[in-house]
Amino acid sequence: MTPAQTHGHAITALTIRLTALADDELILGHRASEWTGHAPILEEDIALANISQDELGHAIGYYQLRQLLDGSDPDELAYFRNADAFLNIRLLEQPNGDWAYTMLRQYLYDSYEALLLERLEQSNWQPLAELAAKIRREEIFHLRHSALWVERLGLGTTESHHRLQRALDAQWSYAQQLFVPLPGDADLVTHSIFPDLSELADSWRAHVRRDLENAGLTLPDDPPYSWDRTHHGEHLTELLADMQLVARADPEASW
Amino acid sequence: MSQTELKNVDSVAQEDVAGLELHLVWKALNEVMDPEIPVLSLVDLGVIREVEIDGDRVRIAMTPTFSGCPALEVMRRELREKLLELGAQEVDVELVLSPPWSSDDISEAGREKLREFGLAPPTRHDGVVEVALEAPVACPRCGSLDTRRVSAFGTTLCREVFVCEGCGEGFEGVKGV
Repeated sequence: MTPAQTHGHAITALTIRLTALADDELILGHRASEWTGHAPILEEDIALANISQDELGHAIGYYQLRQLLDGSDPDELAYFRNADAFLNIRLLEQPNGDWAYTMLRQYLYDSYEALLLERLEQSNWQPLAELAAKIRREEIFHLRHSALWVERLGLGTTESHHRLQRALDAQWSYAQQLFVPLPGDADLVTHSIFPDLSELADSWRAHVRRDLENAGLTLPDDPPYSWDRTHHGEHLTELLADMQLVARADPEASW
Repeated sequence: MSQTELKNVDSVAQEDVAGLELHLVWKALNEVMDPEIPVLSLVDLGVIREVEIDGDRVRIAMTPTFSGCPALEVMRRELREKLLELGAQEVDVELVLSPPWSSDDISEAGREKLREFGLAPPTRHDGVVEVALEAPVACPRCGSLDTRRVSAFGTTLCREVFVCEGCGEGFEGVKGV
């Protein structure tokens, strides 16, 4: 391959990876926002509204980096794509379930994100390294919050422990989809733009295993869920119908 | 106002036609308030990174406090309007992310204004953010250090929530980041 072709491949791969990074944030952020007005206590209602707003800010950051590469409009990507074009993992599109389900998912994702951002800060692509450094400062608060809930629910009452274990059994194999590479990721790893996901997976598993076992939970030995990121279930379609409704009803409106 | 003073004002205005003056641009920026903390200007907040003047064109480099902050667009718009009012013909506001905004960037004057407003200023941490997350925070109402953090999440992305055991009141503080 000529250097120009190599460059072209890396740009395409990066565009796809940035979309996945953004979509994960957007979909998780939307699910978090659904607790507004419904959380068990007022402080948690406010906390999840904050977390949701942060995730949306991070999604915008990644979409804007994609915009640098292909000129795409972040609002178009968020509001006018159909489910089959989204690249979020399926765990994040699942309905919120109970509080244990929501907090465990947030914890599994926050832990992954903390380790990912550490590595992205070293990215050879400066705009991505700078964005990662920015996001990491804000994510500290998320992980502290969700990790505390995992501990509290795991070591709380029989009921809270049972619900958290049930959430873990349901989510564990889904969560492994975080580490399924996208086509082109290998190019990005070669150019030190994006980290090697198998190394990240090992680090994440060791980290969450410690926390989850400390919270008295038993890790399932389910096989990892290894479908790629283009596979979605009906829940994403429902989520998008809700999230995109207003924007699609009046595409010309300015906000 | 006396004639002489009026004349002086006129002569300053005439000089501005040739080019905006840096100190006047900074003065104007210091009058644009954070819509979520209306006592704090963008300068106090530490989000203005660079000001460049080229004749009647101004370029501002600004950094967001939190990436999801909905006040960001309002700040950009108000900043632009303020500088157009000052006589700029073109205002270019560029967002920069590096280095990321830190609560340490809030000026001393800004910290005092926060306290008067009833928001606890963030503890200076010199890059070790855990210091700010764990440090005792004084109640902005009664000054007691017998306070406890009840939530890292408040009514805006940049605030956290405390309770003061001294006066029994709840209060918010600006998050250390």
